[in-house]
This record gives sequence, structure tokens and C-alpha cells, in this order.
Amino acid sequence: MGSLFEVVPADTQDEVPRRRVTVTVNGTPMSAVIETRLLLVHLLRQAFKLTGTHMGCDTTHCGACTVLFDGKPVKSCTMLAVQADGHEITTVEGLAGPSELHPIQEGFKEEHGLQCGFCTPGMMLSAKALLDRNPDPDEDEIRWALSGNLCRCTGYQNIVKSVQWAARKMNPQQGQEVSE
Amino acid sequence: MYPPRFEYEAPETVAEAVGLLVEGHGSAKVLAGGQSLIPMMKTRFASPEMLVDINGISDLEYHRRDADGSIRVGALCRHATLEQSQVLADHQPTMAAASALVADPIVRNRGTLVGSLCHADPQGDWAAVMASLGASVIAQGPTGERVIPVQEFAVGPFQNALAYDEIAVAAVVPPPKGKPEGGYLKMERRVGDFATAGVAVSLDRSAGGVARAGIALTGVGPRTIVAEEAAAILVERGLDPDSIAEAARAAAGAAQPKTDHRGTAEYKRHLVEVFTSRILKRIAGSSEEAA
Repeated sequence: MGSLFEVVPADTQDEVPRRRVTVTVNGTPMSAVIETRLLLVHLLRQAFKLTGTHMGCDTTHCGACTVLFDGKPVKSCTMLAVQADGHEITTVEGLAGPSELHPIQEGFKEEHGLQCGFCTPGMMLSAKALLDRNPDPDEDEIRWALSGNLCRCTGYQNIVKSVQWAARKMNPQQGQEVSE
Repeated sequence: MYPPRFEYEAPETVAEAVGLLVEGHGSAKVLAGGQSLIPMMKTRFASPEMLVDINGISDLEYHRRDADGSIRVGALCRHATLEQSQVLADHQPTMAAASALVADPIVRNRGTLVGSLCHADPQGDWAAVMASLGASVIAQGPTGERVIPVQEFAVGPFQNALAYDEIAVAAVVPPPKGKPEGGYLKMERRVGDFATAGVAVSLDRSAGGVARAGIALTGVGPRTIVAEEAAAILVERGLDPDSIAEAARAAAGAAQPKTDHRGTAEYKRHLVEVFTSRILKRIAGSSEEAA
């Protein structure tokens, strides 16, 4: 609250189911009172104003809304916001600070891994989860890990190269071993 | 799209969850992975008045192989856990093969095997896999548990045999009658699409023969199809080029495909024959190598 008061509606016969949730988003605990039917993607975009998470198909197909839920990629359009209560969420805003780039973001820049950029946040979070558990993936493993994220403009060639670029940057020694 | 309004409860024990279902008297629904239920709610195919979210019941988050060789999968075991499972890699090849082909990697982090059975979609991969294995669902209600064979569990498209006050707490694969072998193949237009056609084969092999066989088909009929005649051919005659060809034809004959945007009925029937034969030939080939 920015001041000493908050204007709230008068008590009515309101029977809309609501819950208070506290979610750790990009390392910061954040709370909101929400309708139980609110989806996680709405909580992030509308309540917390983190609009880096994109909503694409809204039908669990495209992966644009992918965020990390306790470190694992999930489609935030297919999870209720109340289910995130007490859990940790990483969105694209949490990859790096405002004036720096995460190696994965740098990789997408260097290798032209995006055109319109709509699928990119989801792609990068799936890539992060992959590199967190497998720092030196081969091309098949990268394509497999990203197979739930659809891109409709560039094709996947440069996206794969971007992830390879990031893997080399994050693990320079392993990258050299592979090239030898 | 927002789902319709609902009361939300997150119990911590199965007993508590069953209590909520009893209270709901048919208006409550169990939420596990939510990868089918939430889209159904968003599109108004489902609008339960209450959701009983079982994700907090950590007792249901397991899969294991028991001393008798049976495999038990708890209601909160995710597809991704099964995909990485050493237990399945070592002991249950049909499940291991299918676990990597369900939906896409992101959905697999949330969705569950038991939830997929409950959803009872004729296109569901696990229904065919578990039917080929002769598996059962364990349902828990206010008066205790009952065991429902997977083939009787789906009573129609998107309809299961659970009473309103029951939760499917686990799926159980019975102990094999020999060395378990098998596979799962499916044709999908792209990752995450429903199967154009899928085939699950599971064999228990002993003394060079086939002690038990199960073949079940995904996405080629109004429900998961169990190809009993095809399986009987293998038990009777073992694995040889002729019996394999005949079983594959019988499996294709059991399919009831319909022409749609994924392909013609003839094409889907052809896929069933090719997939069945391919899995069986691979099994026959690998046992020759071992011998």
C-alpha cells in the first residue's frame, strides 16, 4: 500500500472464491489475493506486471507461456495460480539483471535465434532447464528439450545454434572438448 | 480463457480428499497434473463446482517395483519421472518406451500416468500401454479400496468407472510371467499432437516361447482397443516371421479407425500393422542376438 488507506468495496454478498497466494518470483516473494480460477500466466502478467511471459495459444500447445516452476518448465496457461502458492517461479525477467544478458539471451542475440520474439521467453526457459541438468547437450538433446516450444517464424536451426552458443559460453572447457 | 468459477481445496491426505469428494456429492473433481482438466475447463467441456487438488499429498508421489515384480505408480507420479526412471528402464520396456512419447517435454513435467487413465481419452497413450500390460487402477473411496482392470476402467470416451467419491490412487502392473519385453510406437504429426495411431506391445517371454502377450491400440477407435486375437497368436505360436506377420494383420483387423484430418482409415490400419510387426521383429531380433 502506497498510503495509509486503501479504498475497498463495501461488504456485499460476494461469494466469489478467492485465495491469498505468496509466490517467490525470480527470488522475490510476492503476494496477491486472487480468484481461484486465475491461471498462473495471468497472475504473472496482470497482477505482477511481468509481461515477459507470453500467452500464445492458450490451449497447452505452443509453449510461449513456459516458466520454471521449482526449476522445471511448465506451461503457465495450464496451471492455476493458486497452485503456485509457496513455490518458486522463474520467468524470463529472472534470467539476468536489467542491464545485463544471461548467456542464453546472449546466444539468441549472437546466433539470431529469434525473429518476432514471441516464442523466445519460453524457448529460453526450456533451454535453461536443459542446461541446468545437462551442461553439454548434443543437437538431438537440444531439439528434444525444445520440442514443446513452437516457433512459427525462424525455423529451429538458429534456436538450436543459440543454445549451443550458450552451452559453450557457460562451460568453456566442455565446449573445447567437443570441438576437438 | 478463464475457467469457470470453482471452490478450491488442497488436502494433504487421501482420506481428507475423499472426504471432500463425499461432501461435493458429484460436483467435485480431482486435480492432479491438470494438463487435460484445465484445458477442458477453459473450453467449458468441464465445469466442476469444486477442485480437489491432490498435488499436496506427497504420499502419492512415487513409482516402484515391489518384491513380487509388480510395478506400482502413484497418482502424482509425473510422465517426466517415468521417462527418467531406472526402474522402468530395467524392468518394464513398454512403459519406458511410451513415457518419452506422451505429449511434449513441458507437459510431461506436470501430467501424470494415473490422471491420463482417468481422463479416458481414446487417444491417450497410457491407456493402451497399461491395457497391453493387463494393469489395474486402485480406487480409494470412503469404505476402502477396490481394484479396477484398466480395460474396464474407461467406460466411454472421457468417462471412467470411478464413483463420485473415489480417487484413483495408483496404477498397478501385475508381475510378469517371464522376461518382460515390448515397445510402444506412435505416429504423430508433430510433438504433442494426438496420435494418428499408436501400438503398445508387451510380451512375457520364457523358455524361448511367449508366456503372455498383450497388444493394445491408441487412437484408432472410440476407445482403447485390445487386440486379443493378435496376442493369442503369439502365445500359441511364439515369435517367428509367420506368426509376427499374422499377429500384425490381426492387430490391424482389430482397429476401428475413422478417416479424419490425421489420415484415412486405411492409412491408420496400415500404421497399426507396420508398428506391430516392427516392435515384434525387434524383440525377436534382440533375443536371437542374446542367444
